[in-house]
Amino acid sequence: MSSLLGLTAHQLQGLLEKKEISSEDLVKEHLTRIAQSEEQIKAFVTVTGQEALQQARTIDEKRSRGEQPGSLAGIPLALTDNLCTQGIKTTASSRMLRDFRPPYNAAVVEKLQEAGAVSVGKCNLDEFGLGASTENSAFFPTHNPYGEQAVPGGACGGAAAAVAAQEVVFALGSDTGGSLRQPASFCGVIGLKPTYGAVSRYGLIACASSLDQVGCFTRDMTDCALVMNVIYGRDAKDSTSVSFPAGDFTKFLVNDVKGLKIGIPREYLQEVNDPRITAYLQQAAAKLEELGAVCEEVSLPHTAEAASCYNLILAAEVSSNLARYDGVQYGLRVQGEDLVSMYKKSRSQGFGEEVKKQIILGTYVLSSGQYEDYYLQALKVRTLIKEDFAQVLSKYDCLLTPATPTAAFDFGAIKDNLSLLTSLNTLTCPANLAGIPALSLPFGTAAQGSPCGLQLLGRAFGEETLLRVGYALEQNTNLTQPSPAVKGEM
Amino acid sequence: MSTEYEVVIGLEVHAELKTKTKIFCSCPTEFGGEENTHVCPGCLGFPGTLPIMNKKAVEYAVRAGLALNCEIQEYSKFDRKHYFYPDLPTAYQISQFEFPICKAGYVEIAVNGKKKKIRLNRIHLEEDAGKLLHSGNSITSSQYSLADYNRSGMGLIELVSEPDLSSAEEARTYLEKLRAVLEYTGVSDVKMEQGSLRCDANISLRPVGSSKLGTKTEIKNMNSYRSLQRALEYEIERQREVLEEGGTIIQETRGWDEEKGITSSMRSKEEADDYRYFSDPDLPPIVLEPAWVEEIRASLPELPDAKKDRLVMELGLSEYDADIITGSRALADFFDKTVTLFNEPKTVANWVMGEYLRLLNAEGTEVQESKVSPEKMAALLKSQATGKISGKMAKAVFEEMFMTGKDPEKIIKEKGLVQISDTDALGEIVEKVLAANPQSVADYQAGKEKALGFLVGQVMKETKGQANPGVVNGLLKQKLTD
Repeated sequence: MSSLLGLTAHQLQGLLEKKEISSEDLVKEHLTRIAQSEEQIKAFVTVTGQEALQQARTIDEKRSRGEQPGSLAGIPLALTDNLCTQGIKTTASSRMLRDFRPPYNAAVVEKLQEAGAVSVGKCNLDEFGLGASTENSAFFPTHNPYGEQAVPGGACGGAAAAVAAQEVVFALGSDTGGSLRQPASFCGVIGLKPTYGAVSRYGLIACASSLDQVGCFTRDMTDCALVMNVIYGRDAKDSTSVSFPAGDFTKFLVNDVKGLKIGIPREYLQEVNDPRITAYLQQAAAKLEELGAVCEEVSLPHTAEAASCYNLILAAEVSSNLARYDGVQYGLRVQGEDLVSMYKKSRSQGFGEEVKKQIILGTYVLSSGQYEDYYLQALKVRTLIKEDFAQVLSKYDCLLTPATPTAAFDFGAIKDNLSLLTSLNTLTCPANLAGIPALSLPFGTAAQGSPCGLQLLGRAFGEETLLRVGYALEQNTNLTQPSPAVKGEM
Repeated sequence: MSTEYEVVIGLEVHAELKTKTKIFCSCPTEFGGEENTHVCPGCLGFPGTLPIMNKKAVEYAVRAGLALNCEIQEYSKFDRKHYFYPDLPTAYQISQFEFPICKAGYVEIAVNGKKKKIRLNRIHLEEDAGKLLHSGNSITSSQYSLADYNRSGMGLIELVSEPDLSSAEEARTYLEKLRAVLEYTGVSDVKMEQGSLRCDANISLRPVGSSKLGTKTEIKNMNSYRSLQRALEYEIERQREVLEEGGTIIQETRGWDEEKGITSSMRSKEEADDYRYFSDPDLPPIVLEPAWVEEIRASLPELPDAKKDRLVMELGLSEYDADIITGSRALADFFDKTVTLFNEPKTVANWVMGEYLRLLNAEGTEVQESKVSPEKMAALLKSQATGKISGKMAKAVFEEMFMTGKDPEKIIKEKGLVQISDTDALGEIVEKVLAANPQSVADYQAGKEKALGFLVGQVMKETKGQANPGVVNGLLKQKLTD
């Protein structure tokens, strides 16, 4: 039997349905791969091999009884470790939650289980989702499969690396300001941040609630649509979730972009500091025009303010959401001589540097006397950014931008490099501020052969267009990244 | 010459909503469950959980707002109020700060016969915190504290008055009025002793005629109507003394000590928390359909003020009597039902306010739990009205009925309580008594009215109390003037 690694979910589905392979074999092969490559990649905080094999066997039994085991039955996936899994450690890559075992599953975890998908483990991220490289994980950094010195991106770098290193077929994570799209770009996979409210946040350990969305990493557009079919939809446990009218997303996988109007925001191009990325974007635009779409330069005038606006809103919401980690009910408790010292010790020792920085900043911008000058201003800018998109997207079906200003950078490169961080955020955070869907897809390689991606931005609930354009690019260009050289390769 | 001061009080009242489930999760709200049994990851603030609005809680807040003449807000939203304390699982309370659900209401109170309108600034929805049980006196002096989160996430409304109250008595009367309205509308259990009604007061003094408010203190820990009144009376005197000695009032929070009968400083303004309010991103705003609000308005019961007016205007009760009867919905309903069965409102009122309330208070029973039904009450009053039993007998029967719940007819029969109203039978006894008491007869005829009472008493004695006093009275008068 040839290797099953690197195949997509829909390819594997075919093999599973024809009973050419079993889910158990498929999961075993991926667990073996994980065992071999983890020393190099370090994508996982927890690997749940036993649970995965058990679930795979159940799926196989169902299939052998002729039952329909679900649309993603038997396919191995990874979950970012900020998605709650019942009885299984969910750490958010924080010392604070090192031993936290939630008594419930996240809504998306339930949905994946119903669809028969098999989680093989929990992936590393920047602590509580705060970071762009996984260097802020309290446990260890994850390495980019395309270069050991390079970061995988973040916050959900572990999950992106796991998909890229063929440790799993697809993965779930969350995107607060680019945490799915930026690592997707650095690791050469597809990353989708859905429209705000399209996917339930129940059981996602909150970073910034008004920005967070659960989304996925996949190897191709078809898998992306298949995963969307499972995770989308209103959930009674999340009052900000809404029902999505699309139905089956695979019906938008049509190789046809004729007549679509695609805008290219000039402010985004200004952030790019690798000429190859600009060239790739132009190539993609040319290809889309060749296929019958119209590509025009557009302007989103408040783009330059987006990163500062995002920083304030992020910090404010983080300071609030993370206040619950006080050592009283769950998580790390460090005893002190009295209540206040217990609070201080638990939080000082439980949180990492970046988290503390955000909490301090957020506490400041919400405090009386500062609120009007910072937080309220940020809310106003957020409205302007939303209006920018509303205006442009009333004339254009979607927008095409670079996903990242560079390819993956080396460890340590981002620390104190404020302008790099600002550029990274500027390309991805506006979609979170506006609540619109955004997709990052691999497109070429930049420096040292590491991948980089393009980004598609759509109207709220306009995922259909992102799928169409992404699929057309995938079908008509060579998006596939050469497999990374991961140690322990067979 | 000493300055005259006037008192300015505003109350912040918290009422626990009588919804079946908590405000943001589906845990039950029953009082008195075993510790930490009415909890879920949501009301324990576990990571990743999200609040889900309880529609009934919104309805109850609107109900309270309508009953208190508020402007119901079509748009309202939730904010997070941040502070660290172990009874608050998420370290923020979900409350309504910027846009409350009800604004600008009022209630009317009457103190010493003087009516006064007390304005409400707002009513807003929020969640309750859990309860701590300290091993020592306070969290700082305890070796350990136990936390019970059964109450965490229970729905509350906070009713904030304008500073329109000018005495401790007015404050108490206002709180009793709110209690009645919230009970009538079914919004809350309003039991202060169980904590379903709680009250803090802001209080300051200023020279009479001054339009500028004095420095206020906030008083907490008042757990009954009586302690509210006592605490405010104490605080008024304390502030007066400070001002009269030329001192200044410190803006602070003070706790009422029921045993010592004093208020003492808990924390100063400088130590007060900065709550860092901001919109809760997990909850969409509440947008009310005007038609739904009207539906709620149409479903409101007769409210205490309207009921009181009806009792006075239509049934001829005194203001005082009507006030007491309408003080609680259960009592008012009992009265109304009894009157429909026995249409003598004043008699019913006398019984309800007299014997009935006396026994309820003595036994510490609620109207709802009482064994006396309006039907039994009416039956008893009929027996008295028809002269079957005397008033004195009726009281005895009532007491037994109250304790046992037996039918009054059965009690009358068992006790052999039959009033003798037969003029022939009583006539003989009257003759006998007159013959035996010539001196009294002479006294009466000489104009000493008192002698008649003595003679009635003698007849009652002869009949072992079973004679109908009215009939005896009539017979005696007739014989004495013959």
